[in-house]
Amino acid sequence: MYYNVFGEKVSKRRFKQMCAAAKNRRELIAAGVTSRREMFKMGLLTAGGLLIAKHGLSSRAYGQSVTTNNPASGGGTNLSPGTNQNCVPGNQTMSPPTRPFIVPLTVMPTARTVPSLTPTPTLNPNVGAGEVRAAPFQAPGISMSRFPVVPQTLYQFNQRQFSTSQHPDLPKQTIWGFDDGTGPRSPGPTYQAFYGKPQLTRNINSLPSITEVNNTGFGMASVSTHLHNAHNPSESDGNPCDFYTSGHFCDQYYPNVLAGFNSTNQPNGDINESLSTLWYHDHRVDFTSQNTYKGLAGMYCLFNQFDTGNEETGFRLPSFPQFDIPLIFADRTYDPNSGDLVFDLFNLDGILGDKFLVNGTIQPFFQVSPRRYRFRLLDTGPSRFYEFFLTGGVAAGSPTTLPFYLIATDGNLIPAPVQVTSVRIGPAERVEVIIDFTKFAGQTLYLENRLNQINGQGPAAVDSQVAPQNSTTTECSLVLNSNQPAIKAAGTGDLIMQFRVTGPQVADNSVNPASNPSFYQLPSTQAAPRIVRTFKFDRLNGQWSINGQFMDCNTFRFAVQQNSVEQWLLTNLTGDWTHPVHIHLEEHQILTRNRVAPTVATDMGRKDVTQLHPNERVQLFFRFRDWLGKYPMHCHNVVHEDHAMMALWHVVAEGDDVNVP
Amino acid sequence: MNALSRRDMLGMLGMAPLAVGGVARAYGETSAAPGAPAGAPATQTIAGRARRRIQEQHLPNLPLITHEGKRVLFYDDLVRNKNVSMNFFYAKCDEICPLVMANLAKVQRLLGKQVGRDMYMYSFTLKPAEDSVDDLREHRKMLGALPGWTFLTGKPEDIETLRAAIGFKYPDPAIDQDKTQHIGNIRYGNEPLMLWSACPGMAHADWIAETLQWMIHPQVDRVQKS
Repeated sequence: MYYNVFGEKVSKRRFKQMCAAAKNRRELIAAGVTSRREMFKMGLLTAGGLLIAKHGLSSRAYGQSVTTNNPASGGGTNLSPGTNQNCVPGNQTMSPPTRPFIVPLTVMPTARTVPSLTPTPTLNPNVGAGEVRAAPFQAPGISMSRFPVVPQTLYQFNQRQFSTSQHPDLPKQTIWGFDDGTGPRSPGPTYQAFYGKPQLTRNINSLPSITEVNNTGFGMASVSTHLHNAHNPSESDGNPCDFYTSGHFCDQYYPNVLAGFNSTNQPNGDINESLSTLWYHDHRVDFTSQNTYKGLAGMYCLFNQFDTGNEETGFRLPSFPQFDIPLIFADRTYDPNSGDLVFDLFNLDGILGDKFLVNGTIQPFFQVSPRRYRFRLLDTGPSRFYEFFLTGGVAAGSPTTLPFYLIATDGNLIPAPVQVTSVRIGPAERVEVIIDFTKFAGQTLYLENRLNQINGQGPAAVDSQVAPQNSTTTECSLVLNSNQPAIKAAGTGDLIMQFRVTGPQVADNSVNPASNPSFYQLPSTQAAPRIVRTFKFDRLNGQWSINGQFMDCNTFRFAVQQNSVEQWLLTNLTGDWTHPVHIHLEEHQILTRNRVAPTVATDMGRKDVTQLHPNERVQLFFRFRDWLGKYPMHCHNVVHEDHAMMALWHVVAEGDDVNVP
Repeated sequence: MNALSRRDMLGMLGMAPLAVGGVARAYGETSAAPGAPAGAPATQTIAGRARRRIQEQHLPNLPLITHEGKRVLFYDDLVRNKNVSMNFFYAKCDEICPLVMANLAKVQRLLGKQVGRDMYMYSFTLKPAEDSVDDLREHRKMLGALPGWTFLTGKPEDIETLRAAIGFKYPDPAIDQDKTQHIGNIRYGNEPLMLWSACPGMAHADWIAETLQWMIHPQVDRVQKS
């Protein structure tokens, strides 16, 4: 019997390959050759080592000496402070210069309800009227009185193409957005939803027909709108395998109900499973990255009797919407000549932009009053990770790092605020923070991303480089470097937005996070799992895979038993890559990361996206409750997701026993 | 190469069917910039600029040779105004190529007569110095490929340029130089409509065929029953 480092059985041939690679590796280290770049230069890339790399164990074969390759910061003149202007990986071009902090932050308006919908929503899909929905609504089947087919709260969202300015130094962009009746916008309007108040959104595809040939170079006008992190019935989840073209619609029923309401914690669910910051985005299989890049995303804030949106009641968090502000981050690239928004269609690794948008505009400023604010930070990707710092003293030339409070991870309030000096998030993750501007009246502060990243692989050592080969080509050469931290020095990162603490003095009745308030407790993870499943995230000859298989809408990989407990082991075999893994329907808690309990605040709460770092093994606890039907799990680096790093599964009455789906 | 399709002929006559007609009108294909392929899109509109950018960055007009020994230009002859699937292989590859190429043979049968009419399948050799035109023809025959699926080679430097341009390159140069690890995806697209994505060549053939159908018939709705 032969085993690999995971304790799994492997063939004799594979074991020999692993031994040969390890031997080669030891010899190279003994010779002082420790980076892949050096090996390559010296022609020392051995067959044994490469065989290992081919099977996804490259980093283990080569040790930890190489993190990744190239920041967008080498050479040239930085034309726009706080942005990487010099070289964008992946054959992409550099964007034109834009002046930072001349555009005020856009705060998306609260979504407008409508009194009625025509035609009236129906339990079964109204195919005759042009509805495309996979199944009848599940919620009314549980309680027609509690979840009427036509709930009181109704929305009609038209997805439209429109023209908008993302910065005054660039031409207007033709993008896609959501129109609640007040005009299209991207990010879309912010939902203000409440537990106990079911709602229905009619999502209408009013984009130009795909065959009208006014495509701006990317995007597939065929949509499926997912409400990310909602405890939603599958027919309303916005599944990647259900999509519809222009002129058609889907009614999506959002029960706004706590997990456990029809299982472990009847009738109202477990208050400790409360969600606060969800987001909606397009999820069309194979085209999610393009469609969200083109604008199809927005925020969904969910309130209850504790998290009320009113700073004088409940947990007394800063009032919505005046002092409770969603911040939606997106990095983008623009054509250097025309200024048109561009997307690298032929990329398999992940896409980075050199311009940072917050709520739809590049590097905005936000005037705040000297008081506490709640910010809901969302990383919409496509592929960038951020580590946000609050930086002061920039104008004086002595940048300082200021503390703030973390209150929620993935939109779930953690048991109590934690004072931090930075917070890291990856694609699709959210964090909520409280920043107290009281002491900074009259000053200018910045939200600064100090995390270095140079391509789709994930955070990268600061001394890694990507250098332009010359000033006229878009080619970048990679300069692989070694084990430096990925965090840049204060003031040298990306200054993404500016806070001007010049607003009027106003009352602040919100809770002081330093007074040690408590929010929800974490649900117990003691229950024994019905099954433990293992998921290996890998790359097989360039093809992103989960357990050696690829996304296929026609195949359910495994069947979860309704109202059961499962543990999932996520393992990263892709060497130097980080994968933000998202699982639909239910949140999870991280039991262990590399066999030890979580050690950082962002790992300790309830999650719906877990970052799977190079060579990691993460153990997750789930309860799959209340709803039936199909859901996906996938990498939320949406470029990986679109290239098949996704698996479809379903919840059924009798689950299966497939350990390695 | 295959004879010009109805779509090509109509396009050249400015009488294309509805879906493609808009392209010819919108892009004014006669006003190509100096140095650009004769049929390169004009850039007066966002769509025209986008199509031109995609052509310039990803669809170079490189000379290639088919398994029949015919000389063709990549953009002008193989891609422009067409729906395509593209992948890389080499004749002696015993790693994933047999799986991917057998899969493509199944995909071709699933798509039936659309291949060569509404969808053009291209397989490029990764080892142009090793795979002769005869090798390509033999390999193609062995796979039972039907008309509409063309195997191609070219100058090694042109094949390398093409491979980078259409996204078959790893960020890590060490891995990239190891041909046994070569990227096994299938790039698919509808050039005039600028619809491009890729899927694994080792995915199920019926699913690959379905994704290629989106390029031929993009106006399709779908629900997955559970």
